[in-house]
Amino acid sequence: MTIMIDTGNYIAAKAAVMAKPDVVAAYPITPQTTLVEGIANYVGTGEFKGEYICVESEHSAMSACIGASAAGSRTFTGTSSHGLLLMHEMLHWAALARLPVVMCNINRVIGPGWNIWTDENDSISQRDTGWIQFYCSSNQEIFDTIIQAFRLAEHKNVSLPVMVSYNAFILSHTSMPVEIPKQQVIDDFLGKYEPLWKLDVDNPITFGNIIGPAGYYKVRRAMQDAQENAEKLIPQIAKEWKQKSGYYHGDLLELYKCDDAEYILLAMGAIGAESKVAIDEMQKKGVKIGLARVRTFRPFPKEEIVKLSRQADLIVIDRNISVGSEGALFSEVKAALYDKSDAKVYGFIAGLGGKDVPYYDVEIICKKAIDGKTKGYEWYGLEEA
Amino acid sequence: MAIKDFPVEECILQGNAACPGCPATMALRMVFKALGKNTVMVVPACCTAVIESLYPHTSFDIPVMNIAFEAAAAGASGVEAALRMQGKKDTTVLAWAGDGGTYDIGIQALSGALERGTNFIYICYNNQIYSNTGIQRSGATPYAAWTTTTVSGKTEFRKEMGDIIQAHHIPYSAQTCVSYPDDLYRKLKKAKSIKGPKYLEIMAPCPPGWRFSMEKTVEMGRMAVETGAWALYECENDVVTFNGKSKLILEKKIERKSIEEWIKYQGRFSHLFKPKKDTKRIQTLEDHIDQLWERYRKCYL
Repeated sequence: MTIMIDTGNYIAAKAAVMAKPDVVAAYPITPQTTLVEGIANYVGTGEFKGEYICVESEHSAMSACIGASAAGSRTFTGTSSHGLLLMHEMLHWAALARLPVVMCNINRVIGPGWNIWTDENDSISQRDTGWIQFYCSSNQEIFDTIIQAFRLAEHKNVSLPVMVSYNAFILSHTSMPVEIPKQQVIDDFLGKYEPLWKLDVDNPITFGNIIGPAGYYKVRRAMQDAQENAEKLIPQIAKEWKQKSGYYHGDLLELYKCDDAEYILLAMGAIGAESKVAIDEMQKKGVKIGLARVRTFRPFPKEEIVKLSRQADLIVIDRNISVGSEGALFSEVKAALYDKSDAKVYGFIAGLGGKDVPYYDVEIICKKAIDGKTKGYEWYGLEEA
Repeated sequence: MAIKDFPVEECILQGNAACPGCPATMALRMVFKALGKNTVMVVPACCTAVIESLYPHTSFDIPVMNIAFEAAAAGASGVEAALRMQGKKDTTVLAWAGDGGTYDIGIQALSGALERGTNFIYICYNNQIYSNTGIQRSGATPYAAWTTTTVSGKTEFRKEMGDIIQAHHIPYSAQTCVSYPDDLYRKLKKAKSIKGPKYLEIMAPCPPGWRFSMEKTVEMGRMAVETGAWALYECENDVVTFNGKSKLILEKKIERKSIEEWIKYQGRFSHLFKPKKDTKRIQTLEDHIDQLWERYRKCYL
């Protein structure tokens, strides 16, 4: 074990290289650039022994990962914002082809106007592509989640691509100390990738040809089954990683001081980390509030959230907006609770466009909900300059 | 090599879903005879995705990966990198796309793969239209041709894909035609023997798309070459050599036939002949081909 003090992107590059993918295909975009530069640097030092394809677009990055994965290789890529949106078609393709590509997405605002700060509309708008989605809140969690992502994606009962998201600059460009386990620990944890199917001249099969309605219907159902399998496997894999590395960041949710809580705050990504400070401050003042940081948006932790709603009312902060509706997490939480719980759910939009959401803002948000000073859904901090 | 000496083995099987007289299946038979079974194929959206037949069946006896319309070359890049990492350096990676997937929507990924020096063969089977979607114009559709999106005839000329490919200075590129199996086979064999990116384009006259009778496919391809509407040539390390009748036309040893000899058999040009002969547009086509060959002579003689 060694300590590496570095930015989220360089930590992600380290994790990706230590997972030993055979092929990385990537295209640069701010703020993902230092991630791919990090990997390119490991090519230079010889620490990364796989193929690194510098493609001409993110669409081709995902297409090349699909080709490599279909040929039976472990694959990795990273992108952000517009790059993720350009991949959109191929995100569906990778998931429908059941290829376990692992990708980092650095959550960045979508233009126009051009804005490189963070919100989560890029990955939230890829919700229905079939990808498993993780949201991280520290550099250690980025490292550990990438390693776990390969294990999960390549599990025979899952075989789906996994997206590991983290916030632009707040994590991607901020240095933190991270414990890096020995290579052998990761090798043992991941094992050798055994693909369920691959392009093989000794077994010439055609993949992805025309399929009729009944067959396609089954393909979709199988994807849903795989996500449900992932829901069960994520806690197991997280616990196993804890035994190997000592680190545990929660599984589908990370619960923070939720015992006896009468209110539970739900948030994702960096706001989730900031919220811990807010929870501490509020508990000092005697407020019975805890935090459930949502780590996986897909599969969505329905049952866990229903369980929490039996003890507490829920306050949801979304750093995304489904325009014409409301925050995506707020919608999902309410849908999970329908007919199963009488808990109140309060929704807040905050931090779009990279607007800072410090702990004291989180505190104000929670206080508004607790004091009954909100209509139940609102945009926080709009009036500020 | 004479056709009778081609390998007997077939990788495109009977009972596939191609139209009668389909040039793509004719070309694929010869492509696989030249490349053999140690080949992995990447197919974007195009007629071949239909020819493969309906899941769970397939008409191909080699591994095939379907991929999105614009992604053939990028997908093939990934396959190639993975196979290389696995030590399977003898396997040929073939991307097989139509002219829509090559000239138009797939040109970015293709250019990227060529620039990166990807060790693969990219074949464009060019039927000068989006045929699978029902005969729409592409960047390869010739001037004045009817399509469902150019109902009174295309008003622009086709692009010269060969020039775009040559600007990448790859080790080998060639134009061939389904009507000349010996030329096609030889060029494929050559492409297979060279490392790095190889690009081949196969003129593929489409009976329903061009509106001619299904037994005339070979004839339509021959006339494309004899009228100079299509040229057989190859480019090895930036040296261009014209082949067969195209060489004779280039060197003015034979006259190219009038374009009328090609277009009068194709329903897609019928509006140039009735109710009244459109001599102006026919002449424009004729002049355009003359200019093309003058440029060829200036560059390659």
